Amino acid sequence: MKRFAALFTRLDQTTRTNLKVAALADYFREAADADRVWTIALLSGRRPKRTVTTTLLRRWAAEQAGIPLWLFEESYPIVGDLAETIALILPPPEAVSDAPLTHWISQIGALASLPEEERRARVLDAWSRLEPTERFVFNKLITGGFRMGVSQKLMTRALSQATGIEESDLAHRLMGDWRPGETSFEALILAPDPSADLSKPYPFYLAYQLDGTPDALGAPGAWFAERKWDGIRGQLVLRGGACFVWSRGEELITDRFPEFAPLADALPAGTVIDGEILAWKEEAPMAFAALQKRLGRKTVPAKLLADAPAILYAYDLLEEGGTDIRALPFAERRARLERLVGNAVRDTDLPLRLSPEVPFADWDALATERARARALAAEGVMLKRRDSPYRDGRRKGDWWKWKVDPLSIDAVLIYAQQGHGRRANLFTDFTFGVWSGNQLVPFTKAYSGLTDAEFRKITAWVRKNTLERYGPVRHVTPHHVFEIGFEGIQKSPRHKSGVALRFPRMLRWRHDKPLQEANSLADLEAILAAYGGKTT
Amino acid sequence: MSALLTFTDDGIYCPEGDFYIDPWRPVDRALITHGHADHARDGMRRYLATDLAAPVMRHRLGEISLETLRYGERREIGGVTVSFHPAGHVPGSAQIRVERGGEVWVASGDYKLEDDGLSTPFEPVPCHAFITESTFGLPVFKWRPQAEIAEAMNAWWRGNAAEGRASIIGVYALGKAQRLMRMLDPSIGPILTHGAIENTNAVLRAQGIALPPTLRVTPDLVARDHPGAMVLATPSALGTHWPRRFGPAQTALASGWMGLRGVRRRRAADRGFIISDHADWAALNTAIAATGAERVFVTHGYTSIFSRWLSEQGYDAAIVQTAYEGESLDDPDPATGEEAEKAQGTQSPAAAP
Repeated sequence: MKRFAALFTRLDQTTRTNLKVAALADYFREAADADRVWTIALLSGRRPKRTVTTTLLRRWAAEQAGIPLWLFEESYPIVGDLAETIALILPPPEAVSDAPLTHWISQIGALASLPEEERRARVLDAWSRLEPTERFVFNKLITGGFRMGVSQKLMTRALSQATGIEESDLAHRLMGDWRPGETSFEALILAPDPSADLSKPYPFYLAYQLDGTPDALGAPGAWFAERKWDGIRGQLVLRGGACFVWSRGEELITDRFPEFAPLADALPAGTVIDGEILAWKEEAPMAFAALQKRLGRKTVPAKLLADAPAILYAYDLLEEGGTDIRALPFAERRARLERLVGNAVRDTDLPLRLSPEVPFADWDALATERARARALAAEGVMLKRRDSPYRDGRRKGDWWKWKVDPLSIDAVLIYAQQGHGRRANLFTDFTFGVWSGNQLVPFTKAYSGLTDAEFRKITAWVRKNTLERYGPVRHVTPHHVFEIGFEGIQKSPRHKSGVALRFPRMLRWRHDKPLQEANSLADLEAILAAYGGKTT
Repeated sequence: MSALLTFTDDGIYCPEGDFYIDPWRPVDRALITHGHADHARDGMRRYLATDLAAPVMRHRLGEISLETLRYGERREIGGVTVSFHPAGHVPGSAQIRVERGGEVWVASGDYKLEDDGLSTPFEPVPCHAFITESTFGLPVFKWRPQAEIAEAMNAWWRGNAAEGRASIIGVYALGKAQRLMRMLDPSIGPILTHGAIENTNAVLRAQGIALPPTLRVTPDLVARDHPGAMVLATPSALGTHWPRRFGPAQTALASGWMGLRGVRRRRAADRGFIISDHADWAALNTAIAATGAERVFVTHGYTSIFSRWLSEQGYDAAIVQTAYEGESLDDPDPATGEEAEKAQGTQSPAAAP
């Protein structure tokens, strides 16, 4: 694991992208075959499952360090990372190990089936033979939380530098349902034809948020507009008579949407469609919460299937008749998509619809359409340049999302908790309340939206204004008012306030607003009544 | 009879001798452990410190009424005997021993046990009650030997110099900066210093402390005349435009807090060298055990955790609220480069922009 730990250290010691890519490229040139495959797997989110509970790891680490468990538990939130706390607190290693990354990963995998005493013995043995950075990596792997601060995109770039294979080609090879223990570097990366895998999706093209108005984009006629729907982005892959559904996170989610299976018969093989998966009833999208119920589960009970049936709202056609057509202009792909979907969807029982174009004469007209979005259960409008190819990843220029302004409410900070990782030692996780008579009713958490300087300021304030502590959570003096922005609101019996927000975050710290002028639960309920949408 | 030392809103107070130790509000008579700004503040009518700490205090505080003692020299004040003993923290730093009729209390200010080659090394002082800091009073803090850090730092400098880049390290102007200078290998390249550090260098050199040659960074300094330089700057200067004059450069911070990955990453320096003028977990425990004290008062740092730990080890331990800050990564006072901005609470390595 020495080489891998050294890579980790190199990546961790720089904030510069080109140095990170260079470190990774060096690693991909030099490391052992199996280790390279595992590194690719780790950096593309294929982490091994957790095989030991963190409760046991904490206990064993404290015992090994000769300190009481409470002292370990007090140290953990200050360090902000469990794997790191364990690595720091253990006594120095007694021996060294030259075993490669793959060895330790298979050791970790083997733990799952062992009795506790045996697992303990193996973990302690590993700790006693690993240097602190190796231990940290080992702990990250064993807790299932391994991350390296390198995106899949950067990893792909490094791999490209090391192998001379084009980035987009590699991105394609790395998608799909491969497993690091069952493939080789040769088969995964170097072999000429990866066509064996019928399910392989294309990398998603992601839009940037448009800041301000679209005036700077030039002539409106060069642009196509449609709604930005509030579901999950998905890719439908129909090849060889089978149907595969991929999420934007490159997760294969076919099993969660069994209603899509008939599409394999209704559409020609060799078809790949990019679209939005939505819960759909009476020819209209349901609120996101309805779809959310389906995402949490691997298999779908019949009742849920009936309550929240899903469709794919088609945006784009990436493959037609088995040919990759991503290089064609959007207008041409769209025309082909309209023909294809139009032919197939005479039968409205099929779970496929065409996301309608939003025609507009000028940018003002589009602004009016955008303002209507929330009433249509959409998040805003999308703008796509009519002559643009389908690119991969998030790239500026050809696609823009123009979201509606968030809903907002002024709320009072009531609980605070320290963050993790880069935000360790700062209070960054907050719970907010609104007034109900003289009481503050908690209704949402929010973690983002403040600057580093503001987080430091509020951290200092929290330390001095803690009323009570519940473990890591501090109840603070009600004093500060924040404007909380959110994208949607739903009724939720699970929450004390009766509502759940979508994408809540802090828009502004309202220094100007006295505590008593924060909004009330009645205000929140009014927003719910106006925008709550339907979930059944 | 009252306790030998008491804890007041103005500082640690000795009723019998009518003096304070490291007070944070103006008082008549102040005994000062060392010259850092959270321990040696202005506004006291009379000061007493070690002869080695005096030049820096005069430099920082200007015209003050200051008497000095050598390490170990005894002085009667009121009904008590006081003496200063090496704390190993920075040059001239002391633990202050107070004795009355065989009862001994020691206020240790800030201290470390490792001999840094610059400060007079820490000496354990047997006592009945010991007042200790706990800046790094958690078992996750373990320092590596200074020689190992020196090797890593010089390797980093050498690598940067070979690639035509300057190396810039953010450090405290008093103590840490000079300690690093003596760890650096001057054969690699020139050592340039931020004004706040060079001012302190001048004071220490004048009192006979040997430091390697350094060059003050002035507005008319041309960076390309000094290729592959090591630049020592205050931590706050790293966050400004100041480092830009050196062109392509790698940055680092040198602090005990660099032992925590989260802090290291939040500060966005290229490197973090884990080195501190405060005791780590093991050294705190060793130092306290060596005093033979039964009572331990924990001032700044992880006070509640560390005092609970000490209580479980059989000490009569208590927390004392003070205005001391330990090691902070906050903005130093631009006037002196030494004072850390007031840390809120005492448990955080708060970060600068």
